[in-house]
Amino acid sequence: MQPTHRSNRILQPARPWFIYFSLVAALVLTYIPTGRLPAVPEWVALVLVFWCIREPGRIGMMSGFVFGLLVDIGQGAAMGQHALAYVILAFMANGLSRRVLWFGSLQQAAHVLPMLLVAQAVMVLVRLAAGAEFPGWTYFLSSLSAAVMWGPLSFLLMLPQYQPVERDDNRPI
Amino acid sequence: MSLAGHPSPPSFRRGLSPLARLGLLCSICLVMLIADIRFGYLEVVRQVVSVAIHPLQRVAAAPVDFLRNATVYFATLVDVQVENAELRRSQVEAAQRLLRFEQLERENAELRGLAGLSQAVALTGVGAEILYDAPDPFSRKVILDKGAHHGIRGGLAVVDARGLIGQVTRVYPVQAEVTLLTDREQVVPVQIERTGLRGVLAGSGRGELDMRFVPVGTDVQPGDRLVTSGLDGLFVAGLPVAVVSRVGSGDGVFLEVECEPIGRVERAVQVLAVGRSEAPPPRPGAGRAAKGEEASEAGAAQ
Repeated sequence: MQPTHRSNRILQPARPWFIYFSLVAALVLTYIPTGRLPAVPEWVALVLVFWCIREPGRIGMMSGFVFGLLVDIGQGAAMGQHALAYVILAFMANGLSRRVLWFGSLQQAAHVLPMLLVAQAVMVLVRLAAGAEFPGWTYFLSSLSAAVMWGPLSFLLMLPQYQPVERDDNRPI
Repeated sequence: MSLAGHPSPPSFRRGLSPLARLGLLCSICLVMLIADIRFGYLEVVRQVVSVAIHPLQRVAAAPVDFLRNATVYFATLVDVQVENAELRRSQVEAAQRLLRFEQLERENAELRGLAGLSQAVALTGVGAEILYDAPDPFSRKVILDKGAHHGIRGGLAVVDARGLIGQVTRVYPVQAEVTLLTDREQVVPVQIERTGLRGVLAGSGRGELDMRFVPVGTDVQPGDRLVTSGLDGLFVAGLPVAVVSRVGSGDGVFLEVECEPIGRVERAVQVLAVGRSEAPPPRPGAGRAAKGEEASEAGAAQ
């Protein structure tokens, strides 16, 4: 498989343990108590979208559900709030997976941003329906910063797949 | 689904279609949300899973803890001296008040004994430190560094040096979650110190507090101090809560009473969780568990 349609680079297959390791690492990043700091990206959502697009056969709505629940419990949010948002997010990302990979990194980020915004909007709707206060429009900044992180993050997460099977100095991979 | 990760496409579709799975998982989530927010059925699940993910949380909190400790370590000498002077002054004031308090307490116990009233309730207090704001942006909560192991229970009042700042709403083994007064769902039964009028004080979500259901024509003035009434059976009576800052005409039935919290609700660091040392006597006709929302009902019922 190739990183994007135009690339002539051939990737190794993604290893399942690395997929789950990256999701757990994102979970730890999400658990960092940043308090009221605005524009902290939702790492789990971002990594989930990445793998939903890259590996739609492995990572999908069920992973979104499980990791959403873990985020809910870790953050003390309403149980099911992140789970619902991530299930919808994974559905959208799985559905768009065959389209998104035809684009370059920037356009991919432009595809990811609306998905993250929809997921956040779902959470806002759920909590407002339950009587919570509106957290202000700065809440949605975290989707923007997550979209900015899309390029570097996808490079980082594909780094193991870029490695050649056997080292050969005459081959350009 | 896509071919990624599969050697060949499956000839027959197995399992549910993506849309059906979406519907199924979303309905599970909605049921969980209702069970959690409305009825609180999922507390057990939350406790069990939070024990499992606690190591991950410790790892995540380590850099933040390190930063906080480092800033404390590098606090300048001047700051410490200023703080020390202030603490000395407040200690002298407190000592005088304490002397008077002890005398009054003895006198009170004697008078209660003479009048045949039951003795005043015994109190417990656990000192704690606020670690950080809870990450949930939809509420105003903070995390304490003490939990069930240290004697924190759900429903305890949390006070700083000046007054009430919130209530313990969820207890983990070594941490506890405190809902601040300014949260929209936090309600405290209060009493106006000057007139003895009872009412309920609710957070507005913006920083100030609203005293609700005060009928038009009631004697409320800006500057009145509100203290807890203790009618909920959870809070200790007489904790200072807020000062009335503005009284508006409202909607013609109830006054609009805006209050400023006395405690440093959003800035306190050292706090004390106080409560009665034994459970309050059962209320007539109330068989349900003592919870925060019941406190609001107790206040609203008067």
